[in-house]
Amino acid sequence: MEMPTVTMQVIPMEHGLLLAAILFIMGMVGVLTRRNLVFILMSLEIMLNATGLAFIVASSHWGQVDGQIMFLMILSLAAAEVAVALGLVLQLFQKRKTLDINVLGEMKG
Amino acid sequence: MSVLFYGSAIIAVLATLLVITRTNIVHALLYFIVSLLAIAVIFYTLGAPFAAALEIIVYAGAIMVMFLFVVMMLNLGQVTQDQEKAWLTPSVWIGPSIMAVPLLVAVIYAINLNQEQMAHTVVGGKEIGVALFGPYVLAVELASMLLLAGLVGAYHLARK
Repeated sequence: MEMPTVTMQVIPMEHGLLLAAILFIMGMVGVLTRRNLVFILMSLEIMLNATGLAFIVASSHWGQVDGQIMFLMILSLAAAEVAVALGLVLQLFQKRKTLDINVLGEMKG
Repeated sequence: MSVLFYGSAIIAVLATLLVITRTNIVHALLYFIVSLLAIAVIFYTLGAPFAAALEIIVYAGAIMVMFLFVVMMLNLGQVTQDQEKAWLTPSVWIGPSIMAVPLLVAVIYAINLNQEQMAHTVVGGKEIGVALFGPYVLAVELASMLLLAGLVGAYHLARK
């Protein structure tokens, strides 16, 4: 390995995973409780970010690069998802003048 | 490093809690950026400096700015904020929150089944580059196709 090995104080793996789980659950509660479309998208981002954190923790645990590769994939997925979803939000807002998902849910296909 | 990890973890959790409880979208975005910066510090303490840099550049930089642009284009005023305040009553959020707690408990139980320690190694950008264009080159191509599809989709949707 080319990189210098830095001696760190060891952090237990479950603490990292615990943080990822807490962030994920908070994002899920956000998706379930908010009715504004932009807030729902933001909560989805929180959930994706928590998943990426779990991958980084696993990568750090095994000292391998694969978890960080998965994080990069999640990052590109989040970017593509946000681009399309925000385009949809703009279109829906122009048509209905609201971001309330209860109103937007009446589209009937 | 340990202090840095736990301090950043507390900041990340608090900032995320503030994100999902704000009524003003711009305030929520700013707290989300704080949360992302804290998570970037956590990545750094876990020996992933490249991921930490990408977290700031792509998430806090690009994606949050995209959200901000959309919020500016939507031009939501005080009315929306009052509506949000009216929606965010305890009767709305208490049910999902209580139902989410057993899931969290289950995950905590599963995590605590085997106690493991983190490795001491730092995995830098060079290893990631070698792996990306070695065994994972197909994943890179697929991600590029996904981003292209996202670009075309966003262009089509945002067109007048």
